[in-house]
Amino acid sequence: MSVGTATYDEHHDEHASGLKRWLFTTNHKDIGTLYLLFALIMFLIGGLMAFVIRAELFIPGLQLVDPAFFNQMTTLHALVMIFGGVMPAFVGLANWMIPLMLGAPDMALPRLNNWSFWILPFAFVLLLSTLFMPGGAPASGWTMYPPLVLQTGDAFPFLIFSVHLMGMSSIMGAINVIVTILNMRAPGLSLLRMPMFVWTWLITAYLLIAVMPVLAGGVTMLLTDEYFGTSFFTAAGGGDPVLFQHIFWFFGHPEVYIIILPAFGIVSQIIPTFARKPLFGYDSMVYATASIAFLSFIVWAHHMFTVGMPLAGELFFMFTTMLIAVPTGVKVFNWVATMWKGSMTFETPMLFALAFLFLFTIGGFSGLMLAIVPADFQYHDSYFVVAHFHYVLVPGAVFGIQAGVYYWLPKWTGHMYNETLGKLHFWLSAIFVNVTFFPQHFLGLAGMPRRIPDYATQFADFNMVSSVGAFVYGFSQLIFAYVVYSCVKGGQKATDMVWDGSQGLEWQLPSPAPHHTWDTPPDFTAK
Amino acid sequence: MRRTKLSKAIGSACALGLGWLGAPVAMAAWELNMPKGVTDVSRDVYDLHMLIFWICVAIGVAVFGVMIYSIINHRKSKGVEPAKFSHSAQAEFIWTIIPVVILIGTTIPAAGTLVRMEDTRDPEITIKITGYQWRWHYEYLDEGIGFFSSLSAASNAARQLRSGTDPFQVPNYLLDVDNPLVVPVDTKVRGLITAADVLHAWWVPELAVKKDAVPGFINEIWFSINEEGIYRGQCAELCGRGHGFMPVVVVAKSKADYAAWLREQRNKSASAQHSQDGPDVDTVEQQQLVVQREQQPAQTASAKAAKGREQ
Repeated sequence: MSVGTATYDEHHDEHASGLKRWLFTTNHKDIGTLYLLFALIMFLIGGLMAFVIRAELFIPGLQLVDPAFFNQMTTLHALVMIFGGVMPAFVGLANWMIPLMLGAPDMALPRLNNWSFWILPFAFVLLLSTLFMPGGAPASGWTMYPPLVLQTGDAFPFLIFSVHLMGMSSIMGAINVIVTILNMRAPGLSLLRMPMFVWTWLITAYLLIAVMPVLAGGVTMLLTDEYFGTSFFTAAGGGDPVLFQHIFWFFGHPEVYIIILPAFGIVSQIIPTFARKPLFGYDSMVYATASIAFLSFIVWAHHMFTVGMPLAGELFFMFTTMLIAVPTGVKVFNWVATMWKGSMTFETPMLFALAFLFLFTIGGFSGLMLAIVPADFQYHDSYFVVAHFHYVLVPGAVFGIQAGVYYWLPKWTGHMYNETLGKLHFWLSAIFVNVTFFPQHFLGLAGMPRRIPDYATQFADFNMVSSVGAFVYGFSQLIFAYVVYSCVKGGQKATDMVWDGSQGLEWQLPSPAPHHTWDTPPDFTAK
Repeated sequence: MRRTKLSKAIGSACALGLGWLGAPVAMAAWELNMPKGVTDVSRDVYDLHMLIFWICVAIGVAVFGVMIYSIINHRKSKGVEPAKFSHSAQAEFIWTIIPVVILIGTTIPAAGTLVRMEDTRDPEITIKITGYQWRWHYEYLDEGIGFFSSLSAASNAARQLRSGTDPFQVPNYLLDVDNPLVVPVDTKVRGLITAADVLHAWWVPELAVKKDAVPGFINEIWFSINEEGIYRGQCAELCGRGHGFMPVVVVAKSKADYAAWLREQRNKSASAQHSQDGPDVDTVEQQQLVVQREQQPAQTASAKAAKGREQ
């Protein structure tokens, strides 16, 4: 809609330059950029921690780090990647794309938007500063199970408060997304005509609002147990350590979908574009997403089948968990049906989306296996679980994010990224993510527990393979950082459409998208 | 399908590494699957595992097959014009119903096995298993014997940071203990699992038993081992710095050998009682028995306070 261009430029308000521009910005595009940049930095920091882990596990014996530090690395790696990497990256994409896709001039609550971003750097400075404290960083795993977490040194209250800050940031971001989607759609753009990415984010935002307060409550109970003499989680005072696990996973399981649903949305945008064919079964995709979100509230105890729960509980959570496979299956089948008889091309975003489809499905399969309680007794807390959730998180969520970045980068920057380097990044990632995580299935089945710094010699070979895979996968992410950087700096001019088969409002805007867009919303009432 | 292909690829890619790692151990090390185990239950669990695995393989072959066919054939470079269809109620109905049927089909046998696994009634031997940071304590409730089970001295020396010892030269590195749990074969053994400090989990893959040890609560497990042998496992719940260093070793003996072992333990216990008066508590085992007796009052108190999670 080039009509807009001229007016937008006249509309420029005097925005501050330099640091102040970014500190005080209320523009959804600036904030989206900040979120994405922050997420990239966190990916690199979390990646360094993974390097320490995989380097120590390269061969048996302890060569590099003390077991206590190893535990700090596994704990921080998870917290940084989940709360610092994946979630902010999705919020960044939401900030950039939801207003563009809805024909809205900005997010509904711009100042809240600024605040919800700027909380994050403080939260992570707080969390990472614990590395330098007496007693070291938290080492109880990101699940923070008591009583072990209560053995954390000076870092303990910092852990709790940084989790609170991350939760506040997420809740504010989620409120903003919901208000924007419900109030700021272009006239005539009914809910069931919204792009799938917007739908998945709407549902994700509800999940966030429902469960982040539960996590906040749980960690606050830890805090009072430690400092104020309560005994929520101490048997000696009438409490129960397992209660924390129930609280944590009541948050934790919806959290799993919080970090995968937006990726579903991105893939649902990309596959139709490059198959040049509309998304198959749009309505059932929406309903499947909603069903997954609903079911995510009644499956939490499948993370804790071994705590010793009643038989009836185990059966209930087994059945509900397996039910999730149904709507998830519908989504996968619909994506395949979208590809079917399309006219596909394989640019980098499509490659990542297809790899997502293959590899997320493998993660889904191992999830199905984990749902079978008697077998789960064998898989639980072994490397099989590590393999499972890395399959849904790395080639799932992270590939989804990277697919989205490649897909929308030309719209953001006005330049095409370097396709050759993009493809190189893709192939290195897709191959070595499997070299890293596939052997971990075998390790788990052979009996290797997770979160151990050293292992019996029969696990040596696959661990070495896994470490080699991790190193190459990790280094190949530097290509991604370079491709993004060089695309921001320059490159071949992108057209407004960018892609041959692009559909949707964001592609009607000029590339790069001007600072202010959709001051006059597009009208859907006639269509 | 993917599994074997991939493992072959990985296998050949890493063949070079084998020589470096020490050949004999390494050959046994490319273990791909869960052990069948040595109890009836563990074999059922293995069968369930394989059932759900093959179901996943079948679905995978179908879904990935269609995807790969589509990727090869439905591409613009082949001049394909995109089809226009965007939904089909019939197809969507079918691929909702089929998974439901498959899932019900797998949960029924799983539920049956689960019911048997949770049936801890009528045990012949009951052993209280307590997790400590970072060792296990076993107490034979009807026999009046009990002892700590800690990582073997050889493994413990080799596992120190930059110890200079090659783990491959240590037999059963990290999976060996000073005092293993000894049980008779063909006997229903019940374990009452708890912990003294933080959470632990008692796991022996070949028995298909993994259960959390929760301080203040008692969880129940049972197993009945069919074959004599030594079965090794590890703590499976993160319990701090020494989490990787508190293995579980179960020795299954014939009933006669078990009875002999019991007699020997009782004698040891008696002589330890004797020597408690004198200063010469020399063996590690005896020291531990002493420690255990000193802790006895505290332990009984905490056991009383403990409520069974599953009555």
